[in-house]
Amino acid sequence: MFSYLVRRVLMLVPVFLAVSVVIFSILHFIPGDPIDNLLKPGSSPTARAEMEVRYGLDRPLPVQYGIWLSKVVQGDLGTAIVARRPVADLIAQSLPHSLRLGGLALLFSTAVGVGLGITAALNRDRWPDRAVMGGVLMGSTLPSFWLGLILMLVFSVWLGWFPVSGARGWQSLVLPVLTIGLGGTALVARVTRVSMIEAAERDFVLLLHAKGLSPLRIQLRHVLRHALMPVVTILALRIGWILGGAVTVEVVFARPGLGTLLIKSLSQHDYPVVQACLLMLAMAVMLGTLLGDILQALMDPRVRAALA
Amino acid sequence: MSAHALGRGPAPLRALRRPLGAVAGAWLALVVLAAVFAPVLSPYGYDIQALKEAYQPPSAAHWLGTDEFGRDLLTRLIFGARTSLSVSATAIAVSVFCGMVLGAAAAWFGGWFDRAVTVVVDLTWSFPEILIALILVAIIGPGTLGTMIAISVAYLAQFTRLTRAQILTLKGETFIEAARSLGASDGHILFRHLLPNALAPVLVSAMLATGDAIILEATLGFFGLGAQPPVPSWGGMMSAGSALVFKAPWVILFPGLTVAITVVAINLYGDALIAALDIRSRLRRAA
Repeated sequence: MFSYLVRRVLMLVPVFLAVSVVIFSILHFIPGDPIDNLLKPGSSPTARAEMEVRYGLDRPLPVQYGIWLSKVVQGDLGTAIVARRPVADLIAQSLPHSLRLGGLALLFSTAVGVGLGITAALNRDRWPDRAVMGGVLMGSTLPSFWLGLILMLVFSVWLGWFPVSGARGWQSLVLPVLTIGLGGTALVARVTRVSMIEAAERDFVLLLHAKGLSPLRIQLRHVLRHALMPVVTILALRIGWILGGAVTVEVVFARPGLGTLLIKSLSQHDYPVVQACLLMLAMAVMLGTLLGDILQALMDPRVRAALA
Repeated sequence: MSAHALGRGPAPLRALRRPLGAVAGAWLALVVLAAVFAPVLSPYGYDIQALKEAYQPPSAAHWLGTDEFGRDLLTRLIFGARTSLSVSATAIAVSVFCGMVLGAAAAWFGGWFDRAVTVVVDLTWSFPEILIALILVAIIGPGTLGTMIAISVAYLAQFTRLTRAQILTLKGETFIEAARSLGASDGHILFRHLLPNALAPVLVSAMLATGDAIILEATLGFFGLGAQPPVPSWGGMMSAGSALVFKAPWVILFPGLTVAITVVAINLYGDALIAALDIRSRLRRAA
C-alpha cells in the first residue's frame, strides 16, 4: 500500500510538468499585450523595453519557463500586472471563498444524491424512480450559470429570501451552493442508482435472501455498502468538476473567488493571475484524482491485494 | 436481440417511434429548421437597434420582448441557434474525426504509440471540459474560432477513448478472425470491419456530447468569450447576467430555456437512438 502511495504521488510530477508547460504557454500565445495596457499612449520604445525587462519578457521562452516554474514551486506566483500586487495574495484572498463554496456543494450533492439514488433504486421502474431520473436528466442538462440566474430571479428578486449577490453571511451561500450542488446531485444520484441495481444482482445478495434476511435490511446494510464504492470514486474525481462549476457560479453571484478572479483577469489580459488561477484549479483536479485512487485502494480489498 | 424485435427501418427513424424520441426529434427538427431558415422566419433583423424600445416585456410586436438595445429577442434567439448549433456541431465533428483516427491508430498499432495516446488521453480526461476550454480560450483568444477549437480539444479524449475501446473489443471477435483466415488484409479489416462496427456507439456519444457542447458554448458566451457582438449566440445573449435579472428577466429566461430544452431533447433522442440500436451495453463498457 505504501509503495503504491509513493508511486501514485510520483506519477503526479510529470502530469504537473505537462500542465505547467501548457499553462505557461498562455503567456506566449495570448493576443493583446499587457505592456500596451500598462503604458500610457505615446510612450517611448525605451519605456517599453524597460517594462519588458522588469517583467522578464525579454528573455528566451525556455528560460522564462524555468524561472517561472522555480518561482511557482517556491510559492512566488509573480506580480499581478493590473492590480500591481503579488498574485499569491490575490489567490490567498479568493481561494478560501472557492473552497467553502465547493466544499458545501460537495456535501450537499453527496447527501442528497445518495439519498435520491437509493430511493430510485429501491423503487426501480416505479414512479419515484422515474421522478428522480427525470430530475437527474434536468439537473445534468441545465447550464449552471442559467440555473443560478433563475434561482436568483425566483428566490432573491421575487421572494426576497436571499441576497442577490456578494459574500456576506450564510444567506449569500445558499443559492450558489444549490446551483453547483444540483448538477453534482444528478450525477451522484445516477451513479448510486445504477451501482445499487447492479450490486443487487450479485450472488451474495441471493445468498442473503436465502438466509431469510429482510429485503430492506439486505438493501441498506449489504447492497448499499457494496454500491457506495463507485460513488466515492466518482465524487473524488468530480472535485475538479465542482471547482469548474464554482468558476461559473461565482461569476453569476458576483462572489469573490478563484472563478471571478480568473474571468476578470482573462478580460484584463492579466496573464500572471490567469496562470495562477488555472494552475490552482488544475492542481485541485490532480489532488482530487489522487484522492479518488487512494480511497478506492483503501475501500476495495481486491484493489489493495493487486497493489501489494 | 434480433433486428426483428427492434422493428424495421434505419435506427434514427426507429428512435422516433418511441414517444419521448418523437417529441425530442420534433423539437430538434424545429430548432434546426429555424436556424437554417433564420432570415426568412425572423420578424426583424438580428442587429437592428431601437434604443427607444429597449427592455420591452413580451408583447404582440415582440413575442419574447426586447434586449438592452431594443433588439427583438425572438429574432436573436433564431439567429443565435445558427451560431450555437453550428459552433457546437462543427466542434464535435472535428473532435469525433480526430478522436476516431487517434483511437483507431492507438488500438491498431499498439506498443509505445498506444501507451503515449493513453497517457495523454487519461491526463486530459481527468480535467473538466470547462477548465480545458478556458485554458484554450486563454491561449487562442475569445471568439467563434477559439470556442470551436476549445470545444474540439475538450472532448477529444472522450472519442479517442471510446474508439480505442471499441476497436480493442472488436479485434478479438470471431468475425475478425474469420475475415483474417479468409486472407483479408490489415487495411481491409480495419476500414471495412472494425471501424464500421465501432461507428454506431461513437456517433451516438457524439450526439450526446453535442448537447454538452451547446452548454459549454453557452457558458463561454455567457463569460463574453464566445461569438463576439453583434453576432448573436445563446450564451452571449445572457452575458449581461445578473444585472438583467431585475430589469428584464425575459432576456435571461428565454435563451436559457431554449438551451435547456434543446439539450434535454438531444439527450432524450440519443437515449431512444441507443435503445433502437441496442448498444447500451457497449457504451457502458467503454465508459
